[in-house]
Amino acid sequence: MSRHARLKDPQSEENQFQLRLLIAFGFMVLMLLLLAARFVWLQVLQYDHFSTLAQNNSISLVPVQPNRGLILDRNGIVLAQNHAAYTLELVPNKIPDLDATVKALGQLVEITPRDERRFRKFLAESKEFEPVPLKLKLKEEEAARLAANIWRFPGVEVRAWLFRDYPYKELTSHVLGYIGRINQRDQKQMEEEGTLANYRGATHIGKLGLEATYENELHGKNGFEEVETDAGGRAVRSLRRTPPVHGNNLQLALDIRIQEIADKLFGTRRGALVAINPQTGGVLAFVSKPGFDPNVFIDGIDTATWKNLNEDWQKPLVNRALRGLYPPGSTFKPFFAMAGLESGALNPNELRPAPGYFTLPGSSHQFRDSVPSGHGMVNLAKAIAVSSDTYFYRLAWEMGIDRIHPLVAQFGLGSKTGIDLDNEASGVLPSKEWKAKRFAKARPEVGRWYPADVVSVGIGQGFNAYTPLQMANATAILANDGKAFTPHLVEKIVDATSNKVRLVDSEPVRTLAFKPEHFATVKEGMHAVLQAGGTAARIGVGLSYNMAGKTGTAQVVQIKQGAKYNAGALAEQYRDHSWFISFAPVEHPTIAIAVIVENAGFGATSAAPIARAVTDYALTGKVPPELEGQLLTIPSSKKPDQGVRDASAAR
Amino acid sequence: MHQPLAKRIWDAIAEPFDGWLMAFLGGIFLLSLLVLYSASNQSWYKLDNKLVYTLLSLVVMWVLAKARPQAIMNFAPPLYAIGVILLVGVELFGVIVNGSQRWLNLGIVRIQPSEIMKIALPMMLAWYFQKYETTLNWKHYIVAALLIAVPGALVLKQPDLGTAVLIMSAGFFVLFFAGLSWKVIIGGLVAFAASLPVVWNMMHDYQRRRVLTLLDPMQDPLGDGYHIIQSMIAIGSGGPWGKGWLNGSQTHLDYIPERTTDFIFAVYSEEFGLIGNLTLVVLYLCIISRGMLITARAQTLYGRLLAGAITLSFFVYAFVNMGMVAGILPVVGVPLPFMSYGGTATVSLAVALGMLMSIGNRNR
Repeated sequence: MSRHARLKDPQSEENQFQLRLLIAFGFMVLMLLLLAARFVWLQVLQYDHFSTLAQNNSISLVPVQPNRGLILDRNGIVLAQNHAAYTLELVPNKIPDLDATVKALGQLVEITPRDERRFRKFLAESKEFEPVPLKLKLKEEEAARLAANIWRFPGVEVRAWLFRDYPYKELTSHVLGYIGRINQRDQKQMEEEGTLANYRGATHIGKLGLEATYENELHGKNGFEEVETDAGGRAVRSLRRTPPVHGNNLQLALDIRIQEIADKLFGTRRGALVAINPQTGGVLAFVSKPGFDPNVFIDGIDTATWKNLNEDWQKPLVNRALRGLYPPGSTFKPFFAMAGLESGALNPNELRPAPGYFTLPGSSHQFRDSVPSGHGMVNLAKAIAVSSDTYFYRLAWEMGIDRIHPLVAQFGLGSKTGIDLDNEASGVLPSKEWKAKRFAKARPEVGRWYPADVVSVGIGQGFNAYTPLQMANATAILANDGKAFTPHLVEKIVDATSNKVRLVDSEPVRTLAFKPEHFATVKEGMHAVLQAGGTAARIGVGLSYNMAGKTGTAQVVQIKQGAKYNAGALAEQYRDHSWFISFAPVEHPTIAIAVIVENAGFGATSAAPIARAVTDYALTGKVPPELEGQLLTIPSSKKPDQGVRDASAAR
Repeated sequence: MHQPLAKRIWDAIAEPFDGWLMAFLGGIFLLSLLVLYSASNQSWYKLDNKLVYTLLSLVVMWVLAKARPQAIMNFAPPLYAIGVILLVGVELFGVIVNGSQRWLNLGIVRIQPSEIMKIALPMMLAWYFQKYETTLNWKHYIVAALLIAVPGALVLKQPDLGTAVLIMSAGFFVLFFAGLSWKVIIGGLVAFAASLPVVWNMMHDYQRRRVLTLLDPMQDPLGDGYHIIQSMIAIGSGGPWGKGWLNGSQTHLDYIPERTTDFIFAVYSEEFGLIGNLTLVVLYLCIISRGMLITARAQTLYGRLLAGAITLSFFVYAFVNMGMVAGILPVVGVPLPFMSYGGTATVSLAVALGMLMSIGNRNR
């Protein structure tokens, strides 16, 4: 028994204890010696260094800003760049009479009321000792004039900065987003994330779009400089410098020329277009119309411009491709057909009725077809080609929502695609659970799922609501026979110093377990859409490759029983949305598109021509005749230029 | 034999104090007066306060040193229980100061229960091992580990990592002297080291950055690292002989944060140089040596465990504070024993040293 063994030998225990005491004492002496060694290092060996630092109270540490990474399109064309320019800045706590100084400076350079308003606004937001810009982007001669007179103004500086610039303005606004001045909310968030250290002295941060999503890549890492300053606080000489690590460049999958053509084809119409390469998930074009000029946001937008943008009824600030939710109309049918085939509810070759209207047993309510006379008996491919509504009403009724939902959901409809942009909308693929949750606060009968609810779901109306991005992604998955990628705008991240390339999301995330022959059947139907007899036959004329698609017309308002839809009689905002989804070449699709033109009526007339022209350009390089001579001169790919190395910051 | 009255009173006052310890403490006290006067820009206000709480500390120390260790020992379980209850109280009703919930407002006074735990935990453990001295087996170590873990976890949750580590290390010292198997100690160290990469992998990027800034102030020289860099400049520029009393430029130009409390050592170091630092280190070492001697001679298990734990804890406070100001340890809020300005810390140290003396007095 251990207890007895223990009691037997008190002497050994005593020795044990004394040994431990000795060990503890030795440990403490050792640690104190270590501390003494540290003192010797600091106070004897490094004495000169620290002594200099302490003597010159004028020595201060200043952050050195990294250059913000560039954003390039797939061919290396620069979409977001940095320009060096001089800024006139004032340090409030070093200036005895701020108003007098501003006035005196006004005699040297022109200071507009707008400059002054902005200065006042920044002044209120910044700390006393931080430089506040009075005038940005000084002209050469202005900078020279100021430099010659700067000695008269303590606390006034002319500094070189890098300014961010988006040369393609509206074309890229909904993709790139913009950077803006760091505000208190950004500060707080950085504090929570522990990134504040890397933003000392920085003035700007990505606010929206890729500039925000890839902020950590683009920003780079701060450097520091020990500088000696004179009594006025100006840097006199540099003592030691830790260089900054510049931000990484982003290379997009997006092709700015495809983007431009798609954008221009919309003209003044509202809507969105997303083109994805089904083989990679790379986003080739991402258009939301109208756009806005992101450059106005960089250094604080003025109230009037903001008001105009924000209150514009066309809502240019809304990213329709990412956040616009629309009923898909008939473009829903191919995905629904896949569900029908996979569930066994549908036999591809079976002829089923496609009459002029459909009624539920025991009801007189007519679910009408867009063609009053109907299409007779059709197989699935034909039903897609002619876009029979009654065929799909019946299928929906037979399947019920519980069988439809899980199969259609596999195409990513009703959930976020995971694209590299923040605040994506998730959309609605209706289900019983969804309806109960959606109307949880209403009376129970409102939230109950009625059997008739499923009928309109079958033709992409009812509760269905998806983003154009989701529709493009679903089309890409269908085109690629179920191999799904996460759609991504950025394809490569290029390290600024080593030029090492990292690829983004280049592997498929999942493969849908649908039978290959089912994909073939649905694709056959979509191919027939562009053939004689199909709803978009006119669009298929003169194709040099095989294209498949589906038209859609999404109701914005409910048409009364017995009444007829009359576009002319409806105010523009209530007219139907025009949809088209497509992919090509059918054999090995490299481009899948979803287009919506708001309030533009039938899918084949407005949306489909845009998809055709974009696909033409992407596959054959043919520029649409109506845009001939209207396109911007886009330089052929250019070696990225990091801008002026000595300019202190990217802004 | 008739002695003069004054001599008898002096003897009565001096009798319970340990002469050696008092001499070393006196030296530190003199240094602390000098540096505090300088650090507070030659104002008498803080010196007055310091004299008041020093007197209070002397009274407390005297009372404890006079008492028998056996008598004090019986207070261990209730004190520990009160400490835990107060810590739970902090968790439920505590006042948040500087983002951390450490204070309990009892109407008249605000108390910091973690401060009580620093002494209550080693007392409790020493009491526990003494009680089961003859039947000691591995189960008792498990219970002891729980006794450490409960207050440790509560303080950790406040969150106050620094104090939690100090409390738990005080507990560990008792286990160490109580004969905790080397296998367990080394196994624990190995397990701790092995778990680090796993924990590191589980952390978010921003958490890792925080740890890195904690370990290397140069990661954020204008933010969190600023203080430590300035205090390193103060120490380094002090040189071998110091800049002289009241002549520290770093100190008087406001470069040193918390210069009367946690960072007072930087002020001292700038003005008294390497020679001053070594003097102070030697004084601390003398106190520690004396404490070790008392521990070695202690008659009861309770006495040797508590004395050992108090001495080691004292060392840890001094070492951690100087180490952090000198930039070799992360910045945690630990005052420098008997140098930093602050009544609570000084009185609680006096409590600990009073008990140490009480144990020493039974050895005679």
